[in-house]
Amino acid sequence: MSASSPSAPSRRRQPWWWLVIACALVVPVLLFAYVAGWMTPDRLTPARFVDQFQHGGVHPGFRRNHAKGMCVSGYFQSNGAASRYSTASVFATDARTPVIGRFAVPGPNPVASDAAGPVRSLALRFTPEDGQQWRTAMNNSPVFVVATPAGFLARMIAHQPDPATGKPDPARIAAFRAAHPETRAFLAWAKATRPSSSWATQTYRSLDAFEFVDAEGHQHPVRWRMQSETPAPINDEGSGNDGLATDLQQRLAQGPLRWRLIVTLAQPGDPTDDATRAWPEDRPEVDAGTLVLTRAESQSEGPCRDINYDPTVLPNGIRISNDPLLPARSAVYALSHLRRTSEEAHVPGYPAVQPSATPQEHTP
Amino acid sequence: MTSPTRHFHWLPRLLHWSMAVLIVAMLFIGIGMVGSVSSTHEALIRLHKPLGILILLLALLRVCTRLAARPPALPTTLPRWQKHAAHASHWLLYGLMIAMPLIGWAMLSAAGDPIVLGGGLRLPPIAPQSTLLYAYLRQAHTVLAFGLFATILGHVGAALHHGLIRRDGVFSSMARGRRRE
Ligand code: HEM
Ligand code: HEM
Ligand code: HEM
Repeated sequence: MSASSPSAPSRRRQPWWWLVIACALVVPVLLFAYVAGWMTPDRLTPARFVDQFQHGGVHPGFRRNHAKGMCVSGYFQSNGAASRYSTASVFATDARTPVIGRFAVPGPNPVASDAAGPVRSLALRFTPEDGQQWRTAMNNSPVFVVATPAGFLARMIAHQPDPATGKPDPARIAAFRAAHPETRAFLAWAKATRPSSSWATQTYRSLDAFEFVDAEGHQHPVRWRMQSETPAPINDEGSGNDGLATDLQQRLAQGPLRWRLIVTLAQPGDPTDDATRAWPEDRPEVDAGTLVLTRAESQSEGPCRDINYDPTVLPNGIRISNDPLLPARSAVYALSHLRRTSEEAHVPGYPAVQPSATPQEHTP
Repeated sequence: MTSPTRHFHWLPRLLHWSMAVLIVAMLFIGIGMVGSVSSTHEALIRLHKPLGILILLLALLRVCTRLAARPPALPTTLPRWQKHAAHASHWLLYGLMIAMPLIGWAMLSAAGDPIVLGGGLRLPPIAPQSTLLYAYLRQAHTVLAFGLFATILGHVGAALHHGLIRRDGVFSSMARGRRRE
């Protein structure tokens, strides 16, 4: 058969072949759109979370959650005790690992009042010499408010201001709480806890579970916390609107601040997939060493600004658990980070960072 | 048969079809992982990085074999513009299958993220840490992924047009080796 004279039968079949070609092109496009989630608006995608954080408006260049905060730096001094359970080089005896961290308060508003709620947070990035990294983002509550990504989104939607009143609708919040009894432990803590006047006095917890892997390859489910060495005042006066940043700078001017890294080892049956449930008090704990913070800087000029404290960035020797919040955090933080860095880099199509909005807050 | 060189050699054919599967899979893995918050996200991103680097290595090998041996000529009956379009789109595909993994690697480097391939294997950074660079590379990774997908669709459409409508031997030059006659 020669190319220039196709035979008669094939010419008659041609319309069908065009249809085959059209299908061969349309089917992959539809499949692609489906896999992307464009055809299933109910699917939980990172964009739905980040868009929900932006519901009250975009603050270009700022994190979409925990937007108000401050950079800190220092180091972690290991005592070697955790190296029995994890091969991560940060736990080696006498290892000293540089740390860049960030204190923050939750919420998408970079100028929120510190007194708006009792939650304070500490995120850390450890950079050992071997080039691996350990990133963790911790809160000061004993448990997290929800157990699943779907619960987190439902909670945000329930707390969204009602367009009529400009305030969250108490009926919707009550309905959410009734449908999510797992929030009770957190809500009881939040009710009983006064917003602290200092980041330094707080103890910060991983809440999510992780796995340590030892030299023999054995896995140990763990949670960890940074236990403050700074005593809280007997009668904490509360923080005021912007008291946390000033307090931190004043304290660091006096000298370094310290936390002990305490690792809790789970017993069989302790939940690793539910951050709303604390493990029993009597679980064995390992004191792994001391976090020493020496310096604070504004978050707009400091080294923490462009770090994505993705809790799934882990060194060899630490792994994620089956906690469903962890992959969601990784995916959502990545999109939040992409949007804020694109705003900073003036990528076309992204709102520009307002020059006045950034430098003014908390510069020493 | 029109000419003795109407078929691709077995190595380019093996590379073409194995990489076709890998590259199409990567597009779906990529778009799937940025559209998911479940454990699927973790599973896919763990696959995405090593597969992308594998594609980079295969693509470099492929360009070498491509430069070493000329591919079979297109039929003389093909209009000139179609020949040019065919050659341009092939080089575009080669360019994108090298650029995509390099950009993925470079954007993680620019963000200061460790580049973990699994099994304890880690890659060194290939770009300086810079937010500006990260933001543009990360956006380019998305835009070029869509460009790659569109080019592949055009390529598949053209290949099927040759195979089903024109029946001029172009399709079988890639689909199979020379038959013993
Ligand atoms: C599905 C659940 C969650 C979602 C959707 C979510 C969302 C976010 C987002 C979008 C950011 C900003 C990230 C960035 O731009 O870098 C953020 C920051 C943060 N989140 Fe979450 N989060 C979740 C669960 C948690 C949990 C369980 C904890 C505590 C253990 C936590 C603690 C933090 C902290 C400490 C930060 C601030 C990190 C920093 O200072 O840069 N989050 N979160
Ligand atoms: C799955 C459907 C596909 C079909 C039916 C197909 C078919 C073909 C055919 C028939 C040729 C030979 C064209 C010629 O003789 O010049 C070819 C070449 C080529 N294909 Fe594909 N292809 C497919 C997928 C892909 C994919 C996914 C890629 C990569 C992204 C790709 C990259 C190439 C390249 C670069 C060439 C040029 C080879 C050269 O001449 O150097 N193809 N393809
Ligand atoms: C042929 C090679 C590759 C293809 C076709 C590809 C394709 C894609 C696609 C389609 C996306 C989703 C883009 C979006 O819509 O936002 C993506 C995201 C991504 N890719 Fe690739 N990629 C390739 C290679 C690589 C390599 C080698 C790396 C790293 C070593 C990499 C790292 C990433 C990362 C980190 C993301 C973003 C994940 C997130 O933001 O959550 N890619 N890629």
